Amino acid sequence: MAATPVPTSERRLWTFHGGIHIADEKALSNASEITVAPIPKQLVIPLQQHIGAPARVLVEVGERVLKGQCIAAADGYVSAPVHASSSGTVIAIEARPVPHPSGLSALCAVIETDGEDTWAELPEPLTHYAQLDPAEVRERIRWAGVVGMGGASFPTGVKLNPGPDRRIDTLVINGAECEPYITCDDRLMRERASRILEGVRIMRHLLGGPGVLIGIEDNKPEAIAAMRFALGESDLRASAEVVAIPTRYPSGGEKQLIRILTGKEVPSHGIPAQIGIVCQNVGTAHAVAEAVLEGRPLISRVVTVTGRAITTPRNLAARIGTPAAELIAHCDGYREQPRKLVCGGPMMGFELHDQVVPVTKPVNCLLALTAAEAPDPGQALACIRCGRCADACPANLLPQQLYWFARAKDFDHAQDYNLFDCIECGCCAQVCPSHIPLVQYYRYAKTEVWAREQEKRKAEEARQRHEAKQARLERQERERQARLRQKKEALAAKAKAEAGDNAGSEAKQAAIAAARARAAAKQQGTGEPADGA
Amino acid sequence: MTSTLISSPHVPRVNRVDRVMLQVLLALMPGVLAMIWFFGWGVLVNVILAVGFAVLAEALVLLLRRRPVLPALGDLSAVVTAVLFAISIPPTLPWWMTLLGMLFAIVLVKQLYGGLGYNPFNPAMAAYVFLLVSYPVAMTNWLAPELLSGIDLSFSDSLAMILHQVLPAGVDWDAVTAATPLDEMRTQLDEQLTIAEIRDQSALWGVFGGRGWEWISAAFLLGGLYLLWRRTITWHIPVSMLAGLLSLATLFWLIDPQTHPFPAFHLFSGAAILGAFFIATDPVTATTTRRGQLIYGACIGATVFVIRTWGGYPDAVAFAVLLMNIAAPTIDYYTQPRVFGHGRERAR
Ligand code: SF4
Ligand code: SF4
Repeated sequence: MAATPVPTSERRLWTFHGGIHIADEKALSNASEITVAPIPKQLVIPLQQHIGAPARVLVEVGERVLKGQCIAAADGYVSAPVHASSSGTVIAIEARPVPHPSGLSALCAVIETDGEDTWAELPEPLTHYAQLDPAEVRERIRWAGVVGMGGASFPTGVKLNPGPDRRIDTLVINGAECEPYITCDDRLMRERASRILEGVRIMRHLLGGPGVLIGIEDNKPEAIAAMRFALGESDLRASAEVVAIPTRYPSGGEKQLIRILTGKEVPSHGIPAQIGIVCQNVGTAHAVAEAVLEGRPLISRVVTVTGRAITTPRNLAARIGTPAAELIAHCDGYREQPRKLVCGGPMMGFELHDQVVPVTKPVNCLLALTAAEAPDPGQALACIRCGRCADACPANLLPQQLYWFARAKDFDHAQDYNLFDCIECGCCAQVCPSHIPLVQYYRYAKTEVWAREQEKRKAEEARQRHEAKQARLERQERERQARLRQKKEALAAKAKAEAGDNAGSEAKQAAIAAARARAAAKQQGTGEPADGA
Repeated sequence: MTSTLISSPHVPRVNRVDRVMLQVLLALMPGVLAMIWFFGWGVLVNVILAVGFAVLAEALVLLLRRRPVLPALGDLSAVVTAVLFAISIPPTLPWWMTLLGMLFAIVLVKQLYGGLGYNPFNPAMAAYVFLLVSYPVAMTNWLAPELLSGIDLSFSDSLAMILHQVLPAGVDWDAVTAATPLDEMRTQLDEQLTIAEIRDQSALWGVFGGRGWEWISAAFLLGGLYLLWRRTITWHIPVSMLAGLLSLATLFWLIDPQTHPFPAFHLFSGAAILGAFFIATDPVTATTTRRGQLIYGACIGATVFVIRTWGGYPDAVAFAVLLMNIAAPTIDYYTQPRVFGHGRERAR
């Protein structure tokens, strides 16, 4: 599709296919200043809050920990450490329910807080980061456990290290916050704009000084003004720009935002760095600034607690590990019984079935929806092939065909129709007149494909193991037989030689036969592929 | 589904099948009213009969298939099928043919394939063609517009005509029936008359098309524009179908205006407008990709022109639509959109 520029007074913008306009519901919470949530009695800190390998526990049950103390270390390159978010005593390290779409439990460190909130000794601020080796600065970000705060939670240090042969020419800062209801980034930009820009400055330095585009949806004029003002004061002025983009869900999707701001498409199954772009969320920029300039690990984040079932919707700076129920209580609890409690936004978030789950690094919103806000879509009808879903799909897929194949469990065809390019944004399901839970079908199909691939891998490994064993046994058996034969022949030859008659020629024959047998055995032995190694 | 969790999005859905169908029914109203105005109560009787038969047939099949009856009836798709069928058949058609048509449409064409969403053929058009092939005389026995025949059949007269095939005393069939404009044009052209002669010798012609017919088409056009405005349909199929029909019609008319009727005649004399906005746009049986819809519509338009000009039937919308229903999956396959982040390739 040809690039379609949207002329604006300042900057040329591009569009992406599809997307939807949807009531943004930001007014419920966007007037609420970020306030610090109280220290909960217990912090439940999951050891894996990021994409990659789980962190390795460093503390023991009964141990006293301080605020900011590392309680689990990164295990591997793509991993992130976890820190205590307040001081207290570790009372358990066990599986607890965590915010996860499948309602899973995972290993968590449970800390009984002492209310003193005593800081551990923190590393020196790196205010002179520009003079330091970038590796050292990255190490600090890594140490601080910073991960993508927009939801993906990929370790930030890794993303800021695209490698020597990848030139990054644009750093895209995602302040779009396109999901309805969520206002944590909006508030952060209004209240901490200069801190965010400091983080941007650090990231830009680490990436070799690319141009910076900060994309914010135009339904957040205050945030745009605050960021523009802060930028005007900063020396980033010359290399960065705050761009107001049209409000259209999902403009805050990484690929969509990059497309809007640069006109480039991230290749399917690829990453932005392949086209010279790195994309970071404003919250991540803030966390980077805290880590580098203050030496503070990522132990708290802003969470929007909202929805019409919440008495007083708020933006709270919550310690990582604070149970959802405590934050909701701090917002004066429920005004009415919610129909569902969602973690994340209404379009892509998942339903929580347990209010005790803790806030983790990627949790940006706790959304208590009333029956009116999230009505039961009712019985799904048959797909009438109206194509509304395809019109709305930002990935330009044919959701109706994907649905057809997913339903028929024809996963090969689903993949041919690019199942894995689906970003699960939910636009298709929102517009479908038959109320088909389309995203659910795609998730199901993806899980099935993964499971099958894993099974195939396992089966293949098992087959290879089995064949190797089979071959080994056969070879051993053949060798035993060959040895036996040799022995017999040798014995026979010896007996004949001892008998004295025609000894010479027979012994020769026996020797030839034995050699032949050896050769044959050897040939067969090496002919086995699996056993050679 | 393996999971009982209801997946995102957690927002109200903006569209509903029954509302879509209701919009279509609403949009059909101007056209239906115009038909009643020009052809009398027989049109209304047919609509009522067809809707009744269709709903009964659908309920019956659903009961036999042990499927919930009310949701399927509630989607109103059977009603839309029935209305489209009822306004395609002559207002004189014996009631049992309508019954036959509706049974054919709902039981065979729709439900035997699995119900709404699974039928490859447009049920209303399939039923129409089935009857046209089986009862060609009855199916082409159109009433003359009232303003031509001057005979005003009351509701009960129309009912008697459809139920018992009797006319009021003193009126005979020749007085009330007339060839459709397309039929007339075909017959006359076959007799080597020129367009000018044909237009001169009969009172059948109006401003751009057949008298009466042109206003009916205009009323359907109004409804179609309403559907576009409400975004119940997209422009792709109607525009491409009318463009396909018009471009061929214009081409041949330019080549020889005395043997080919002027383009507006094609638009306003038969079912072209109705077909473009209400029949070819049936999503279930059309192509589903937008690019495919352009091809689909254009081919229907072209086929309509070809059949009208050289084929054996005076009007051709039903045939053209059914023909392209067959091609729809193939067109869909070759017109997949370029997926975000992909080069110009399509799925294998
Ligand atoms: S929007 Fe729903 S009914 Fe329409 S084509 Fe897509 S899946 Fe089918
Ligand atoms: S959920 Fe997937 S298929 Fe549906 S609109 Fe989003 S990207 Fe397209």
